[in-house]
Amino acid sequence: MEALIALCIGLLVGGGVYLLLRSRSFSVVLGLTLLSYATNLLLFASGGLQTNQAPLIHEGGPFADPLPQALVLTAIVIGFAMTAFMLVLALRALNDLGSDRVDARQGGEEQ
Amino acid sequence: MNHLLVAPVALPLIAGALLLILWRAPLRLQRVLSLLACLGLLGLAVALLHSASHQGIQVYLIGDWPAPYGISLVLDQLAALMLALTALLALFALAYAMTGGDRAGRHFHALFQFQLLGLNAAFLTGDLFNLFVAFEILLIASYGLLLHGGGAERTRAALHYVALNLVGSLLFLIGLGTLYAATGSLNMADLATRIAALPAADATLARVAAMLLLAVFGLKAAVIPLHFWLPGTYAAASAAVAALFAIMTKVGIYAIIRLTTLVYGLGETPMLEWTSPWLLVAGLATIAIGTLGAMASDELRELIAYLVVVSVGTLVAGIALATPAGLSASLYYLLHTTLVTGGLFLLAERIASAREGSTRLSEGKRPPPSHQLGWVFFLGAIAVAGMPPLSGLIGKVLLLMAAHDQSALIPLWTMVLVSSLLLTLTLTRAGILLFWRGPEASPAKPRPLPWLVATGLLGMSPLLVILGGPIVDWTDATAAQTLDARTYVTAVEQSAPLVPRPAGEH
Repeated sequence: MEALIALCIGLLVGGGVYLLLRSRSFSVVLGLTLLSYATNLLLFASGGLQTNQAPLIHEGGPFADPLPQALVLTAIVIGFAMTAFMLVLALRALNDLGSDRVDARQGGEEQ
Repeated sequence: MNHLLVAPVALPLIAGALLLILWRAPLRLQRVLSLLACLGLLGLAVALLHSASHQGIQVYLIGDWPAPYGISLVLDQLAALMLALTALLALFALAYAMTGGDRAGRHFHALFQFQLLGLNAAFLTGDLFNLFVAFEILLIASYGLLLHGGGAERTRAALHYVALNLVGSLLFLIGLGTLYAATGSLNMADLATRIAALPAADATLARVAAMLLLAVFGLKAAVIPLHFWLPGTYAAASAAVAALFAIMTKVGIYAIIRLTTLVYGLGETPMLEWTSPWLLVAGLATIAIGTLGAMASDELRELIAYLVVVSVGTLVAGIALATPAGLSASLYYLLHTTLVTGGLFLLAERIASAREGSTRLSEGKRPPPSHQLGWVFFLGAIAVAGMPPLSGLIGKVLLLMAAHDQSALIPLWTMVLVSSLLLTLTLTRAGILLFWRGPEASPAKPRPLPWLVATGLLGMSPLLVILGGPIVDWTDATAAQTLDARTYVTAVEQSAPLVPRPAGEH
C-alpha cells in the first residue's frame, strides 16, 4: 500500500509541476490543484498508513493516528479557498489583460 | 494565564468581522472602527512588550488544553517585539490609507484587520501547523489588499504573487507532513525536545523537513533565489498596502529565526550552526542582487522594493552569524528597516502626486522648488542607505561589530559597506532625477495629512537613534532569550491547564 500511495503522490506531483510551468493561467490553476491533492495525500500518509482502523484513541487495540486527518481537513479547506481565489483572479486577469498568458501585458495576445 | 495574550488575535478578528458586516455603513464609521482597533492593538502591544520583558516567557493555552495537544500561544520578547512593530507600522499605514486610498474599493478596512490578525497569530503561535494557518490568513488578506483598487498591472502582479505563494504553502505542508512523520508532533517546544532525541535514521528525515521549511520561509522573506516575486508585487501595490507589506517579509525572517533557534535548537548541533554557512552566503548574495536591482531600477517604487530585498539579505546575514550579538544587531536592523522602507513607500506616492503622476526616474516633471518633499526624501535616503546619523548606520555598525571576530568578517564587511556605498549613489541619482530634472510641475493643492503621516513614519528613524541605548539593551536581552531554546521549552512544558482534568480522562 505504501508503494501505491507513493506512486499516486509522485504522479500527481509530476503532473502538477508540469502544468504549473505552463504559460496559461488555467493550466497553472490545474497544476496547483493537482499539487494540493498530492500534498493532502502526503499529509494524510504522514501518520502511518492503517487499514480498517478508526481514527480514535481507545485503550488497547490499534487505531489510526487522528492528528494527520485533522490537519488534512484544515489543509483541504484552505486549499479549496485558495484555488477558488486563484480561479477568480485568473478570470479577472483574462478580463483586464485580454489574454490568459501568465505574463500578459495589457492589450492582449500579440504582445 | 494572562488573558491579554489572546487579545492581539481576538481584537482584529472581531474588528474585521464587524467591518465585514458593516460594509454598507458610511466610510467614516468604518474608518473610526478600524482606527480604534489599530490604536487598541498598539496599546495591547505595548502592554505585552512590558509584560514580556518583566515576566519572562508566558504561555496561553487555548481552550485550556495542555500544551502538546492543544493550541498554545507563546509570548516571549521576540514575539512581543514583532507585535509592537506590526501595530506601529499598521497604525501609520492605516492613517495614510484613510486620507483617500481606502476609497478605491470595498472591504479595505476589513481586509486590513484580517491581515493584522494573520500577522499577530503568526508571531504568537506556539505550533507549526497554526503558523501555517496564520500564514494563509495573512496571505489571503494580502491578496485582497494587493488587488485593492484594481488595475491591469496590479492584477498581473497578483497572479504571480498568488501562484507563487500557493506553491510555497504546499511546500510548507509537505515540510510539516515530513516533520510529523519523523517526530509525531507539531508543537514547536515539543518538537525541539523530540528532534534532539531522534535516532540517526529519523534525524535525516527531520533535516529534510528543516530544509523544506527553510526554503518556504526563505520564499516568504524573499531570500535569493526566491526573491523574484517581490519587486513587481510591492511596486504594484498601493502606497499604504506596500507600507504594510514591509512587515510581511519579516514574517519569513521571524519564522527562520524560530525554526533555526527553537525547533531545531536543542540537539548537539543546533540548526543555526549547520545552516549558518549557507545562510551567510544566501544573505550576502541577496544583498548583492538587491543592490544591483536598486541600481537598475527606473522607477522609484521598484527601487524601494529592491531596498527591501537588500534589508532581507542584511537580516539573514546577521542571523547567520549565530551569535547573540549578530541576532541582536539583526533585530535592531529589523526595526529600522521595516519602519523606514514603509515610510519610503508612503513618500513615493507623495512624490508621484507632487510630480503630477509618475515616479519614473527617467521622465516626468519636478516638484515646485518650495516643496519640502526633497528634504524628507533626503532623510529617508540616508536612513535606508546607512549614512550617519540615522538608524541605518547604527544597525549596520552593530552588525559589523558582531562579525568582527568571526570568519565571516571579510565577506560581510565588504558586502555591507560596498552595498551601502552603491545604494547611496543610487539614491543620490534618484533624488537628482526626481527633484532637479524636467519642467516644473504646477503646485498641487496642499494636502498636509498624508504627507505628515509619511514624514512621521520616516521620523521613527531619528527616534530609533535617540532611544538607541535602551533599544539595543532590549534587543540584546531578546537575542539571548531567543537563542536559549531550553527556557522556552520549559515554559511550554510547565504550562498547566487552569482547570485540572479529572483522573482517568485523557
